[in-house]
Amino acid sequence: MRYIDHHAHMVSRTTDDYAQMALTGCVALTEPAFWAGWDRSTVEGFEDYFRQLTDFEPKRAAQHGIQHYTWLGMNPKESDNRELSLEVLKKLPAYLEGPTVLGIGEIGMNRVTKNEIATYADHVAMAARLRQMVLIHTPHLEDKLKGTRVTIDVLRQHADLAPSRVLVDHAEEHTIELILEHGYWAGLTLYPQTKVSAQRAVDMIERYGPDRILVAGACDWGPSEPLAVPKFVMEMRRRRHSEDLIQRVVFDNPVRFLSQSPKFSVPGAVTAAGRA
Amino acid sequence: MTASAIPSTLTPAQLVDEYFIENRNRLIELAAFLDRIDRADPRLADADFRLRVFRDALQILASDAPDRLHQIQLLLSDPTTTPLAALDRKGARGAWDASAARETR
Repeated sequence: MRYIDHHAHMVSRTTDDYAQMALTGCVALTEPAFWAGWDRSTVEGFEDYFRQLTDFEPKRAAQHGIQHYTWLGMNPKESDNRELSLEVLKKLPAYLEGPTVLGIGEIGMNRVTKNEIATYADHVAMAARLRQMVLIHTPHLEDKLKGTRVTIDVLRQHADLAPSRVLVDHAEEHTIELILEHGYWAGLTLYPQTKVSAQRAVDMIERYGPDRILVAGACDWGPSEPLAVPKFVMEMRRRRHSEDLIQRVVFDNPVRFLSQSPKFSVPGAVTAAGRA
Repeated sequence: MTASAIPSTLTPAQLVDEYFIENRNRLIELAAFLDRIDRADPRLADADFRLRVFRDALQILASDAPDRLHQIQLLLSDPTTTPLAALDRKGARGAWDASAARETR
């Protein structure tokens, strides 16, 4: 089955992972800018990373027939550094013009500090002003509920930012209702130890229905699973869900969300509108 | 919000048949973890805030309460929306330390 992984940090992955993803049906992925596991020291370091995401990774993905798109911004783990964040924000508009850049992301908070909130709010204001789509990281573990609440409070201050163009990612059982009831898309990132397992993701699909829900594998540099989406497909089949429902979650929904950017297209894809 | 449920087509009996063994294994892993902690230091279960929350979560797990998962998620979460004045560390610990939060107020 064809699928799209909307949250895949491929810079941390080998070419073999691209091959495995292609073999299991991945036709497109989107890669949000994130933390490398250590803090960068200069804005030039971020610019090099943005060039990697916009120049190098699309070519590497294309070798396996996968379309590669990206989201750019100052990631939550480094966003407490206000001085560096403001430098990155100054450089960001030029990079957003790139042909594979779908919007601003992944932005948000890590420990929900005052500085992190300020940097996140700056990005949201920029997204509203430049009419950019947004992909938001919500914090980990005990900070997730708090961070999701603050995330949505900031978003709601921008009436000119359509909720349908915002993906609030890393949702779990205690945050998904909050995200959906405000009209945003909810992302379920499938991890072997934290966030959401394939079984719990299927539980949430069963409980809330498939509308405005996406699933992804993260492809992080830490413990994560490049084949998480096809394993989610297997879990859906294990529950005897229909192929139509599975395709809606792993292909039609991402097409519907991502197609709000005129830059996004999947060769040979059935459009979201066509399956509506 | 009204949930638009899509029930699994598995019957209740099939759900148990399909998932019992792997959840039996999870149960035994939990018991092994707690025994391992006790062997290391029997006082740790009371001393470490994460293990205290863990024990409270097990009470919920063993209850008949509806939506046990949601209750446990809330138990592990920081319920406030007050920002930290400064970054204290990069990573989360997995449980909210209510006693430490009280001390810093």
